[in-house]
Amino acid sequence: MAGASKAVVDSRANLPFVYRQYSPEQLRQVLHKMYLIRRFEEGAEECYMRGLIHGTMHLSIGQEASAMGICMPLAEDDQITSTHRGHGHCIAKGAEVSRMFAEFFGKTTGYCKGRGGSMHIADVAKGNLGANGIVAGGIPIAVGAALSSKRMKTGKVVVSFFGDGANNEGAFHEALNMAAIWKLPVIFVCENNGYGMSTSTARSTAVKNIAERAAAYSMPGVVVNGNIFSEVAEASFKAVERARAGEGPTLIESKTYRYRGHSKSDRNRYRTKEEIEDWMANRDPITLFETELRDFGFIDDRGIEAIRDAVAKEIADGIEFAKASPAPEIATLENYVYTEHA
Amino acid sequence: MDAVVRELSYAQAIQEAMAIAMDMDERVFLMGEDIGVYGGAFQVTGDLVERYGTDRVIDTPISELGGAGVAVGAAVTGMRPIFEFQFSDFATLGMEQIVNQAAKMRFMLGGEVSVPVVMRFPAGSGTGAAAQHSQSLEAWLGHVPGLKVIQPATPHDAKGMLLAAVADPDPVMIFEHKLLYKMKGHVPEGHYTVPIGKAEIRREGRDLTIVATSIMVQKALEAAAALEGEGIDIEVVDLRTIRPIDRQTIIDSVKKTSRLLCVYEAVKTLGIGAEVSALVAESEAFDYLDAPIVRLGGAETPIPYNPDLEKATVPQVSDIIAAARDLVKGVR
Repeated sequence: MAGASKAVVDSRANLPFVYRQYSPEQLRQVLHKMYLIRRFEEGAEECYMRGLIHGTMHLSIGQEASAMGICMPLAEDDQITSTHRGHGHCIAKGAEVSRMFAEFFGKTTGYCKGRGGSMHIADVAKGNLGANGIVAGGIPIAVGAALSSKRMKTGKVVVSFFGDGANNEGAFHEALNMAAIWKLPVIFVCENNGYGMSTSTARSTAVKNIAERAAAYSMPGVVVNGNIFSEVAEASFKAVERARAGEGPTLIESKTYRYRGHSKSDRNRYRTKEEIEDWMANRDPITLFETELRDFGFIDDRGIEAIRDAVAKEIADGIEFAKASPAPEIATLENYVYTEHA
Repeated sequence: MDAVVRELSYAQAIQEAMAIAMDMDERVFLMGEDIGVYGGAFQVTGDLVERYGTDRVIDTPISELGGAGVAVGAAVTGMRPIFEFQFSDFATLGMEQIVNQAAKMRFMLGGEVSVPVVMRFPAGSGTGAAAQHSQSLEAWLGHVPGLKVIQPATPHDAKGMLLAAVADPDPVMIFEHKLLYKMKGHVPEGHYTVPIGKAEIRREGRDLTIVATSIMVQKALEAAAALEGEGIDIEVVDLRTIRPIDRQTIIDSVKKTSRLLCVYEAVKTLGIGAEVSALVAESEAFDYLDAPIVRLGGAETPIPYNPDLEKATVPQVSDIIAAARDLVKGVR
């Protein structure tokens, strides 16, 4: 037995980080979840087009490796704050797609009982303190959660997801500075998808890499290819180790791309069709990861097919659950504004 | 042995409340700019850092937005922060976290979290600090569902309401008038609370109800004492909480006196006076009114530097006396 496992370890010795760090089963689970994120968002988009979901939504299709890679080394009670483009983070942290769909449908069985919708999706039980409609709004909150962790000695690490747009908000700078001076267990994850709505980072941001901002706050700043799961997971793993050891925060810049527009009102006039197609054809995070898994012998075509089928069923079941769930009573309108007294 | 009535200043009362809160609950801590060895810009935190250490009395960088957000994040995850804005004017820098995050987080998440944060705002004019350090912005926050907004007017209430705020599961914003900090009054020892959402009748009377907030409660009481000699009997209602507002106490008082004067320091229009007037006009007390409702509020101007101009900006005792006399005598 010991010899057999050593042989497995040896055979993986030259592979990228995640193949050395995690079991084949864990890695197949990651592929499953990356598909789940993608199909969830495609399903949500379709429901929106059919008028089943109102409002708007911000899809992260194309950014799945970033969400999964960052959350891979997190424990269940570690916490995250998320963004308006937060569906992937929510699923990666352990949420059920049925309750997410229910939230998008505005139903009482949704994570926010129909009060939050896509932009405020949360799963507090799994450590997701919520997506946020305000760019950079969750960053100081994550620092506060990390302060709680340090004060109460819970050992929790907190991840704050935000986009490239947030790096020019004052809250980003104030929060990074405080996390650094107090050495808090927090990881700042900038998912740089190239555009803050329509404005490219080249036009909005004075530094070439947002990770360079870390130098101003004396913390490590790491750039990773956000479409390569292993690269993201490795950076996150190191940042989590550093945070748990009491050495303070890290800024990770995960360079990625969103295939869809900023929101449902986007006419894509600030980028070319060719640019989008190039990312989809050559750097798709799911294709890249799936190909690696197959090439390294962690999964075969039948295994991939089984994952796709299982995900399709989960999505279909989730939408049915949402449709069948009850809507909130109008009489409950003022619930949850204040904490109810028993 | 006769019980000695213990007196503390308003600032000392707040400090004592914060110490008691920290003694009672390990989760309570203080954050703010220069609240440590400096003792706070108005010496409200004083020497608390020496007694509770820098882990529980945390000097923040000059980062009101980030600091407020850290307090919100700590509150959501199990702590009980008391965050001091050095001047209430700096709420403008923290509004995002106060209005979009603290106030709405519980609602947006369908009741899955509470945000038990307390924020303290030294407010008001009268210190010669001019337009950016003298404002009364409580009505701004009073407009936001999800927040509770209080304005204690006495040392007794300052302590009791702060302790109530710390125990409250929701975000409580405390506006403390800077000119009240040195005011002395009876403050009981130990732990007690004064309920949020309950107005207090400071003086009973038959002829006129004055609904006042914060320092204007003291000025209204002075005016009422002065008018006693003229046979005018004034009831002074200390509103204490502007959200949730105590409608019933106001309505009952107006039904008794049939006249209403609202006195507050903030800019007159679109403020607390409008709310109090409207809630009376919408209630059964409207039928009891013998005179138009009158508001005395701040002038439609920023707070000026020159001391005479500054005084002229906000209601003074003489203004209240004149307005009350006119109302009761039917001049208006």
